[in-house]
Amino acid sequence: MVVQKNNFSVALFSVLFGLIVGAIIMLVFGYNPISGYIALISSAFGSMQDIGGVLTQMTPLILTALGFTVASTAGFFNIGLSGQALAGWVGAVWYALSFPDMPAFVMIPSALILGTALGAVAGLIPGWLRAQFGASEVIVTIMMNYILLFLGNNILQNTMAKSIKESAETTKQVGHNASLQLKWLTDLTQGSSVSTGIFIALIMIVVVWFVMKKTTLGFEITAVGLNPDAAKYAGVSAKRTAVVAMAISGGLAGLAGTIEGLGNYLNFFTQNSSPSIGFDGMAVALLGGGSYLGILGAAALFSVLKIGGLGMPMSSGVPFELVDIVIASIIFFVGANYLIRLIQKRIKAMDEKAAAQDAAKKSSKAASKQAKGGE
Amino acid sequence: MSLVAILTLVVSSTLVYSAPLIFTSIGGTFSERSGVVNVGLEGIMGMGAFASVVFNLTFANTFGTLTPWLGLVAGAIVGLVFSLLHAVATVTLRADHIISGTVINLMAPALGVFLIKVIYGKGQTEPISQDFGYANVPVLDKIPFIGPIFFEKTSAPAWLAIIVAVLSWYVIFKTKFGLRLRSVGENPQAADTLGLNVARLRYSGVMISGILGGVGGAVVAQSISLNYSVGTIVGQGFVAMAAMIFGRWNPLGAMGASLFFGLSQSLAVVGAQLPGLKNVPSIWLQIAPYVLTIVVLVFFFGKTRAPKADGVNYIKAA
Amino acid sequence: MTESTPVIEMRHIVKKFGDFAANDDINLQVQQGEIHALLGENGAGKSTLMNILTGLLQPTSGDILINGQPVVVDSPSKSDSLGIGMVHQHFMLIDAFTVTENIVLGSEITKGLSLDTKTAAKKIQSLSDQYGLAVNPMAKISDISVGQQQRVEILKTLYRGADILIFDEPTAVLTPQEIDELIAIMHNLAKEGKSIILITHKLDEIRAAADRVTVIRAGKSIKTFPVAGVSSQQLADLMVGREVSFKTEKEPAQPKQTVLAIDNIEVDDARGVAAVKDFSLEVKAGEIVGLAGIDGNGQTELIQGITGLTKVKSGHVTLNGKDVTNKKPRQITESGVGHIPEDRLRFGMEVDMTLSENLSLQTYYKQPISKSGVLQPAEMDKLANKLVKEFDVRAASIHVTAGSMSGGNQQKAVVARELDRDNDLIIAAQPTRGLDVGAIEYIHRRLIDQRTAGKAVLVVSFELDEILNLSDRIAVINAGKIVGIVDAKETNKQELGLLMTGMSLKAAREALKEEVTV
Repeated sequence: MVVQKNNFSVALFSVLFGLIVGAIIMLVFGYNPISGYIALISSAFGSMQDIGGVLTQMTPLILTALGFTVASTAGFFNIGLSGQALAGWVGAVWYALSFPDMPAFVMIPSALILGTALGAVAGLIPGWLRAQFGASEVIVTIMMNYILLFLGNNILQNTMAKSIKESAETTKQVGHNASLQLKWLTDLTQGSSVSTGIFIALIMIVVVWFVMKKTTLGFEITAVGLNPDAAKYAGVSAKRTAVVAMAISGGLAGLAGTIEGLGNYLNFFTQNSSPSIGFDGMAVALLGGGSYLGILGAAALFSVLKIGGLGMPMSSGVPFELVDIVIASIIFFVGANYLIRLIQKRIKAMDEKAAAQDAAKKSSKAASKQAKGGE
Repeated sequence: MSLVAILTLVVSSTLVYSAPLIFTSIGGTFSERSGVVNVGLEGIMGMGAFASVVFNLTFANTFGTLTPWLGLVAGAIVGLVFSLLHAVATVTLRADHIISGTVINLMAPALGVFLIKVIYGKGQTEPISQDFGYANVPVLDKIPFIGPIFFEKTSAPAWLAIIVAVLSWYVIFKTKFGLRLRSVGENPQAADTLGLNVARLRYSGVMISGILGGVGGAVVAQSISLNYSVGTIVGQGFVAMAAMIFGRWNPLGAMGASLFFGLSQSLAVVGAQLPGLKNVPSIWLQIAPYVLTIVVLVFFFGKTRAPKADGVNYIKAA
Repeated sequence: MTESTPVIEMRHIVKKFGDFAANDDINLQVQQGEIHALLGENGAGKSTLMNILTGLLQPTSGDILINGQPVVVDSPSKSDSLGIGMVHQHFMLIDAFTVTENIVLGSEITKGLSLDTKTAAKKIQSLSDQYGLAVNPMAKISDISVGQQQRVEILKTLYRGADILIFDEPTAVLTPQEIDELIAIMHNLAKEGKSIILITHKLDEIRAAADRVTVIRAGKSIKTFPVAGVSSQQLADLMVGREVSFKTEKEPAQPKQTVLAIDNIEVDDARGVAAVKDFSLEVKAGEIVGLAGIDGNGQTELIQGITGLTKVKSGHVTLNGKDVTNKKPRQITESGVGHIPEDRLRFGMEVDMTLSENLSLQTYYKQPISKSGVLQPAEMDKLANKLVKEFDVRAASIHVTAGSMSGGNQQKAVVARELDRDNDLIIAAQPTRGLDVGAIEYIHRRLIDQRTAGKAVLVVSFELDEILNLSDRIAVINAGKIVGIVDAKETNKQELGLLMTGMSLKAAREALKEEVTV
């Protein structure tokens, strides 16, 4: 599977059309689209706390979207990002709570590395199974999402020591030595849960972009994803590359989960279903049209819509789910960009035709003038 | 617990959990056999669940015990409409199949809950009054020994699903339509040169997946969850996809895989009542089906081979 | 004597794709019961013309008349109903289906709701017997040979009652003997009243099979001749538009030390069956060894085995004395081997990457193309520009995707990349497959230059002309074994053809002697 690369105008049109679809739905069911969208904007940008909420939301999505893109470049459809994120989340929180006295400058890097590594292992397994046995990673990752979900909850409920738990279903909060939140950030955003995670995510965009586009490893991953036979001919070990790509993908998801645990929630609690940041990350990657810079914009847009949407029911009565409808519509138009490009072509052709007709008119006028003049 | 009682419990709960998977995985088979990847099965199930619950709540008094069956029809129709979105996007607008399927998965729960809030004013519906409950299959339930186990107090939709599975196998492998459907999934260009309408056949495949997926969702809503909310369909569509791949894109195989998943899911739920499994920590029962699937996949299946042109948009040389 | 109405007449056919005219005022007339050859290079417009006749494309302007009646062929089924059938060059077959299913698809026989496979198979068997096209109706396409697959393509048209059969480059995959059989089948069909259009660029087949030939060049129909009254040289010159030399000039070989030594190797195919058995061959520096054989006799597995793409089950492969058996592809490449693969789209290139990236496909990990794992695009482009200039690779820029380039230029790019590294051994598998005469001349010239420079060259090809043109020594492979090794100057096509069927050299020479004396 190759994630399509689109240009900026297609992205812009897609967003526009998606918002129009949302507006139409609001109208059909008797809501006022204008007040709905105003409520959305003011809810997302109304206060520093809201903006903090947007940034908090963006952080894991950037990382899981990066993970999805790396995997898909290698030709893998990684639906297991949720499970891989969960692995990082549980592991990092458990580790942090188990060593409450470790100094921060040791704890934080080691916790981040641990969470990333756990996610990498969770991603590596489906990668290896497909490389070695041809087993469909679609099935394996779906299965592993369930396995990791149950394992995570079970570890919380039965394995973690009582001393680190707040209740049967939640752990205690991690200490200051492990928290990624910074006082100045929390104050700036009036108490939101934004943390250094956002900076980590932004840095990772650059790092992943560099690795995938500018290094031999990225070249090999791309080659294997595009044509494993030619890659083999070129001396690339398709198996090894596939595993590395999936490990990177899972590792990014694990990092996302770690930041959720040590930056956003500051604990872990029983999950009813696989964390949505996995699937949402995939949506962000698709929304971004396959480019790394696009992921940044898409994650921002996605988060603005989600956070803004929370405020819509109160101010305008529009159910929060409208936001998901808009997001789905935008992705639809991104995916069906052929339609947009067709429309663009038609408009261009009409312009050219009109220009040609004008030119023809002018020259025939000139010709007939000449003819008249010649008589 | 007597052997008969154990078997009855296991069989009936297996059938209950398998039924929606059977319908949906066979729907996916039709779509992918025609060359259109349909990861949107999850979303189509969601819309089917939504439609059936709304229908059920509205018309339960009018149709009585027939209501859940008509609810399946409602689910089928809405599923069909939703799948058309996918068909237009992939076959006509040449969108990437994965993207289009993902759009459906995002759209369905959003639209469903949105409409529920508009209609009922809250995020989840009241429980339905006319669900499938337990039924007895006439005549067959009188067979000694197997009668009570398989045909008494069982899931009626499950038996319908099994019949649909057999019919689907026949259609795909023994009829003219099935041959043509498969041909556009294997080599659309060859089919085109023989005068077949590739687009029309692909639309058919996707629409059938919409109908069956919608029915699958309606079965979940009307026999397991008994209402509709954002949590009604969480993952069953993906499990159905796994069953389809596991079943090698063959309706009977998909049915078998669905029964396997249904069995494991039911063991996790009723395991506490069974003598052998009472003492196994529940975590192992919970993850057993998924681990087992991976093991079986790796050791017994080797490379999974989808229809050759699955997921590849066919663009006619102008 | 009045001329009878042609069974097919195509008048002033023009087909434009944007500004590009693939067919530019083409005129074609085919008489009933004749075998009419359409001669032209790749890209001349023959396929486009035939796609118009079979309803896959619509002409921008022009008329088509069948038996004197003007018709509009707007779909393949319309073309079918007019009695036109196409035997494609690249088979339009569904690998997973059986012979019967492939033939009846779209015109199936049913009993009630089910497919009536039995009746269909019987019908196919009778057609097969009538026209001498042996096939197993219940076999899966993926399991039968290429020659058999072609017969299925032919049966597809006959099953639909075709009276006009179009053969598109049918002999690309056949042995000389099978080609003779096919020509006999074509004469048979013509005798039964069928009219045949034979698209080809093989001059000696036209001579053997066709009654008349129309030459097409750059989208235009140049001239139509009765085959008996025109020479091959004339035809070739008209086809290319200039004088064509058939043989590449080369000095006699001066082979030195052994570079490649293959010793008794066995390689299995994808199904685990031995495709190469007890195979031994030597290639020396300064000579070209040609490996001739019919497609499917182990050549693919042999090449993949010695280049590390597949496992060599037993035996040894030595390069300049060093054992390279089962080493990884990169290790073998670095030992001084250049490999021009037979499937350039599948193995030779990353079609979605740029030309520049493809030219560094074997060396991207080495300095200067990359430093400590970081790619140096400027260096990559520098190399690309150098190779494009040196090997006359034509593309809009070095940053276009390889997939957008023409077949000839893609192959030139692969050749450029492999020859640039100053290797000791060059392996060229089907190096000029699907290329036009100009590109073929060019690549043959470069391969001979390598040999003159003292490299060892192994050429594997299904085209006997190419083998005879290039090789100093010729080895023939059949069923995975070497059947005979001859000096190129001392053999000819007939002898090689017999060897290719498995006959020993001695038996082949005796058989040919008998023919001459009789």
